[in-house]
Amino acid sequence: MSGLAAVHTAYTVPIGLMQALQVTILMLVAAGATAVVLIRERVRQVVALSVYGVLLAVLFLAFQAPDVTLSELTVGGVALPVILLLTLAKVRKREE
Amino acid sequence: MTPALRRWIFLVAGAGLVAFYLWGLSGLPGFGNYPGPYGPAILSIAVAQTHATGVVSAVNFDYRGFDTVGEEFILFTAAAGVSVVLRHLRGERDRAPVDEAAGRDVPPASGAVRMVALLSVGPLVVVGWWLASHAQTNPSGGFQGGVVLATAFVLIYLAGEFLAFKRFSPVALLDVVEAVGAAGFVATGLTAVLLGMPYLKDFLPLGQVPGAVSSSGTIALISFFVGVEVAAAFILIVGELLEQTLLIRKEDA
Repeated sequence: MSGLAAVHTAYTVPIGLMQALQVTILMLVAAGATAVVLIRERVRQVVALSVYGVLLAVLFLAFQAPDVTLSELTVGGVALPVILLLTLAKVRKREE
Repeated sequence: MTPALRRWIFLVAGAGLVAFYLWGLSGLPGFGNYPGPYGPAILSIAVAQTHATGVVSAVNFDYRGFDTVGEEFILFTAAAGVSVVLRHLRGERDRAPVDEAAGRDVPPASGAVRMVALLSVGPLVVVGWWLASHAQTNPSGGFQGGVVLATAFVLIYLAGEFLAFKRFSPVALLDVVEAVGAAGFVATGLTAVLLGMPYLKDFLPLGQVPGAVSSSGTIALISFFVGVEVAAAFILIVGELLEQTLLIRKEDA
């Protein structure tokens, strides 16, 4: 247990700096979410959604949840956009 | 109902929603102040009890392992559902795979994209396995590792073509791997029952040193099974969707 405590102190960040980081990333996430809604062209929207997923991942990291960061990075940043892009390709083919 | 009346109903309902929302916000605990008893309790006992320094994994695969079984089967059911919905129907047959994108005004993947994708496959497989096998020591786990592994296979598609993707991910093998992953989780829990312990109770030796890769007993084992299951499920889902997109299957479309 003493080893654990040592690890915690080694990575201590000044609280003011941490809060500034958290506020910044919260505003970036809000901007990202707005962008996803406002972009109407579908493929661009999927790319924006992917960027938004990465922003959310950074948010979780800034709020000390690295495991959720990994999940969000893989699912929100990669897996969901891939599935959406494939679906768009299929739908577009039918429309032609 | 006239538009004016409808607007009034919306305004009243909207005002009520805002009022309830603000009321709820005012009653929230302060930012960062967790008032529940479970967080501090888990933090004080988890490492000594489970020998896992990845406490999130200890919670996921041990303390609330039964919930995680349910979550695991959400993905399992989703993959099964995609396979069932997109199965071959009567009147449908396979044609030779044609990249439908080739006919459109879409440039083919550039050499740079192919090279970066190809170079990333190996490292991604390593990172995925590392994440899936280090749940007990790090903030990672089978789910994250499994998705990263699946991403490596998507990159094979990006770097080469659909046929290469299919050769690296045979459906028959993936079905078996996915089932083994899901069943392994359940079987680990049942083994504890057979030994006379509660379901999913950690029955393996915990190891001497908390934080060692070989520590934490069934937590590491379950994370491995979850990683295998998640990787197979995602590759199956992406493979089915790719097949739908790239192969024409309706006979008279």
